[in-house]
Amino acid sequence: MIDVKEIRKDFPIYKNHENDQKPFIYLDNAATTLKPKSVIDACSYYYEFDGANAHRGDYDLAYKVDKEVEKCRKHIASFFNCELNNVVFTSGTSMSMNLVAFGYGIKYLKKGDEILLTEAEHASNVLPWFKVSEMTGAIIRYIPLDDDGKCTPEALRKVINKNTKVVSIAQITNVLGFKIDIKEMSKIAHEFGAILVCDAAQSAPHIKIDFKDLDCDFLCLSAHKLCGPTGIGALIGKFDLLKKMDPFMTGGGDNARFDMCGNVAYLEPPAKFEAGTMNISAIYGFDAALTYLEKIGMDNIEEHEKNLHEYAISKIKKIDNVILYNEHADSGIITLNVKGVFPQDEATYLNSKGIFVRSGEHCAKLLKDRLKTYGTIRVSLYFYNDKNDIDALVEALKNGGNFLDAFFN
Amino acid sequence: MLSLTDEMKREIIMDHYSNPNNKNKPQNMNDYKQIRMDSDSCIDDITIYLKVENDKIIDALFDGIACAISTSSTDILCDLIKGKSYKDALYIIEQYQNMLFEKEYDASVLDELIVFSETYKQAARIKCANIGADGISKIINGDNNE
Repeated sequence: MIDVKEIRKDFPIYKNHENDQKPFIYLDNAATTLKPKSVIDACSYYYEFDGANAHRGDYDLAYKVDKEVEKCRKHIASFFNCELNNVVFTSGTSMSMNLVAFGYGIKYLKKGDEILLTEAEHASNVLPWFKVSEMTGAIIRYIPLDDDGKCTPEALRKVINKNTKVVSIAQITNVLGFKIDIKEMSKIAHEFGAILVCDAAQSAPHIKIDFKDLDCDFLCLSAHKLCGPTGIGALIGKFDLLKKMDPFMTGGGDNARFDMCGNVAYLEPPAKFEAGTMNISAIYGFDAALTYLEKIGMDNIEEHEKNLHEYAISKIKKIDNVILYNEHADSGIITLNVKGVFPQDEATYLNSKGIFVRSGEHCAKLLKDRLKTYGTIRVSLYFYNDKNDIDALVEALKNGGNFLDAFFN
Repeated sequence: MLSLTDEMKREIIMDHYSNPNNKNKPQNMNDYKQIRMDSDSCIDDITIYLKVENDKIIDALFDGIACAISTSSTDILCDLIKGKSYKDALYIIEQYQNMLFEKEYDASVLDELIVFSETYKQAARIKCANIGADGISKIINGDNNE
């Protein structure tokens, strides 16, 4: 059981907005999450106590920083059940996806090869593959979604073939919030000799992920969506694949030697992909975020969100003027519109009530034809949300047609 | 200058949003200069069309997807600049933008645009209220695209 009241004490932002004129109801967790004090302190600790660069110096502090960076890597490996050399630090999911597309896709795909995506994917899992297609002549195809908008293993079986080289899908999609069976999808992809790239941006914060058990080839995630700092994330990849792919950014810290003829000996992965000075303070914070989530328990987080989601759906369904797009979502993502109100008008109205949600296409611009709407309101939950947040949202949505209230108060 | 209660302002916005006068594609596209305005922060995506002769605006239309604030402000602007010279239209736009950005402005030329006088209180909506004005002034200043 999660005690939300107790948990909020860990998050300074709640206290800092206690005396605001309007409530502070944060329901935009699919965009980013709030940070507990322990994460903020860990980031500051690096600057206040350790300060040195990683992989660079011969003095005590530099050694300490190296130890801390590797400690975080080890923590990521245990958290997602993989080996230490599977974990590459990146700036986040977008960079991880791009690293796979440019480092693997461009190197190994050729004309006529096929890349399978879905219409529900986030731009970060579509646009890098458009580039691969443009540069290699590989073809992009889409796995059909079912009536709810979910991607199933059966649907993958219908379109996968011997030309398929990459299947790239989100474990939980960022607009409809369905959980995809990545383990089964990986199995199917491997039967056809394709690799499975899993966008875990929306799943890693909310469900337990076992990289070895899923048996996908790459897993991409961001720390900031799981209470960690912005600007840091990871690419978890099978070592043999990491070994044969190219770094798409090269420079200091990723090579053993190079000469004037252009010969370069790159370091082994993951160092090969970590050129330049990384966001070290964020790595300290990433480590602290994982510790924090472990303390709460991923099972507890999942259960809390499931219950809260059920509660929210039961309430929202009763409001006449609301169109709900994903009643059966497996996550805390609720996508809706108020009838006759442009989503941005509604979101700014909710803002005037102290309820923070996102409006728009949510970077999933291929989805609008399916939903038959230009944009939606997305409400996304996390473990520090409670029934009071939902009740406030429901009350505001009931009055949502009067959105111009926000413009004249 | 119009003197309006909040209730009247609401009605004006809702009226120009629900039943805009100028939200249409031109019949003869070749007669019009156009500009596509899409926002980097929201899903507003409108195209503005101006028919001009000798630096005078003969007709002003727009089309596309936009929120209530964007749609109504663009519609009112189109009403206002029709039949005006470039110079007069730019003066209206300048005064309107001064109002949006909390500078001194000449309210006497703004007519119904005055309903947006408190947009600055909702900083996130300034972009919405400005998308049409921005597009029209770009066309007048020679920006022309698809």
